[in-house]
Amino acid sequence: MSDTIKSTPLCEKHVALGGKMVPFAGWNMPVQYTGIMDEHKAVRETCGVFDISHMGQFAVSGEAAEAWLNAMLTNDIAKLAIGQGQYTIMLNEEGGVIDDMIVYRDGETSYFLVVNASMIEEDYTWLESRIPDGVSLVNRSDEFAGLAVQGPQCREVFARVAPGIELPERNHISHVVIDGENCILCRTGYTGEDGFEFFCAAKSGIRWFEAFINAGAKPCGLGARDSLRLEMCYPLNGSDLAPDKTPVEAGLGFFCALDTEFTGADVLRRQKAEGPSMRLAAIEYTGKGAPPRHGYPVLLPDGTKIGELTSGGQSPSLGKGIGLAYLPAAHAKPGTELEIEIRGKRVPAVVVKKPFYKK
Amino acid sequence: MSSQIPDGLLYSREHEWIDEENGVAVVGITDHAQSELGDVVFVDLPEPGTSIAANDSLAVVESVKAASDVYSPLSGEVIEVNEELANEPGAVNTDPYGAGWICKIRISDPSELDSLLTPADYSEFCS
Repeated sequence: MSDTIKSTPLCEKHVALGGKMVPFAGWNMPVQYTGIMDEHKAVRETCGVFDISHMGQFAVSGEAAEAWLNAMLTNDIAKLAIGQGQYTIMLNEEGGVIDDMIVYRDGETSYFLVVNASMIEEDYTWLESRIPDGVSLVNRSDEFAGLAVQGPQCREVFARVAPGIELPERNHISHVVIDGENCILCRTGYTGEDGFEFFCAAKSGIRWFEAFINAGAKPCGLGARDSLRLEMCYPLNGSDLAPDKTPVEAGLGFFCALDTEFTGADVLRRQKAEGPSMRLAAIEYTGKGAPPRHGYPVLLPDGTKIGELTSGGQSPSLGKGIGLAYLPAAHAKPGTELEIEIRGKRVPAVVVKKPFYKK
Repeated sequence: MSSQIPDGLLYSREHEWIDEENGVAVVGITDHAQSELGDVVFVDLPEPGTSIAANDSLAVVESVKAASDVYSPLSGEVIEVNEELANEPGAVNTDPYGAGWICKIRISDPSELDSLLTPADYSEFCS
């Protein structure tokens, strides 16, 4: 990892729009423009656009690519039709999470992977050191600017930017030419709303960012991105996912094809059979108090500490504190009463069913 | 972007405003501070009766993104807190010099007022 902070191709536009810039995962990124609350609301009710140029893209291809990726990742890409994508996870030998990502089958033997910004180098090194003959792996992260256009009005916004061009179906990828430029559309997101991720040549990033804004999408920063994903219980790698936590513990077993062989599969099968000792629980305030934050202790009502929040914040949609924590399985069931400790004060809370936000 | 800095108040380098009269100081955070913090969702207030020294943590203002300490600009005793902030924490954003006030302190060392900033000094401090 380099020590210098990187800027995306949209950086000067963020500053011009009044974005408050903060370091995130080695990148200089806008945390908000007008305010997290109204940016969050725009995505839930109309449409917002986020800079996701910091995220990574790998191209994997070759006759042996399917078998190899299936050995590297938890989900089963053999199930993907051409143009279809899936959420999947890359594990270490102990079944712990290295990174979570989306993989698309881009052609008969070619794949497009979208990985977390903070993990581009580590993911690439891990994969590159395990690559067999007959598979090509290319880190294309620097080629693209990326935008996430999210919210119930995303289709109308897209139609204004690219009249006559269809968005791909949910979880699908398509390659399109808009006004002479090659662009990639992925019908996915990290907000719980309908939306798509849009990748174009890095030098064209500002052009398309402005086009989506002019078409009605509100610029949104990382603050709203975090509150939106947390309301949906989508995990954030590095906070809710970690090398010493497995997808079974994180509640992501659905995305692990345990009938296939992949790195860490034995650990997951054993955990699933025995039941994990820890589970990532969704916790909601029942009392009033300061918002929960990453690292705050989670207590039983008798004061016994049973865990710490891996994520937390004030939910703009629910108007109350929400958070995630790995708790002993016996205390991770919905309805379990807990307390969150904040600067010596305790706020009553309860384990709830995921996600926090339901339409 | 310029923020409001009303005349007739004193200011701290920690971005609080102080309205002092007859040894009692009303304290809040400035327009500049609320703008930097973003949407305030909770204010952790001190207990009335608390003795406080200058630069001690007086309150915690929580925005969606972070918790920020409000450091006491003066030494003294907290004699009243703005209970309305429990229901309307957003008043810190919408009316930082009015309904968004945080607490009142009975000052124990009036000489500390001399180290606070005038509106002109604070304006320069922020620029």
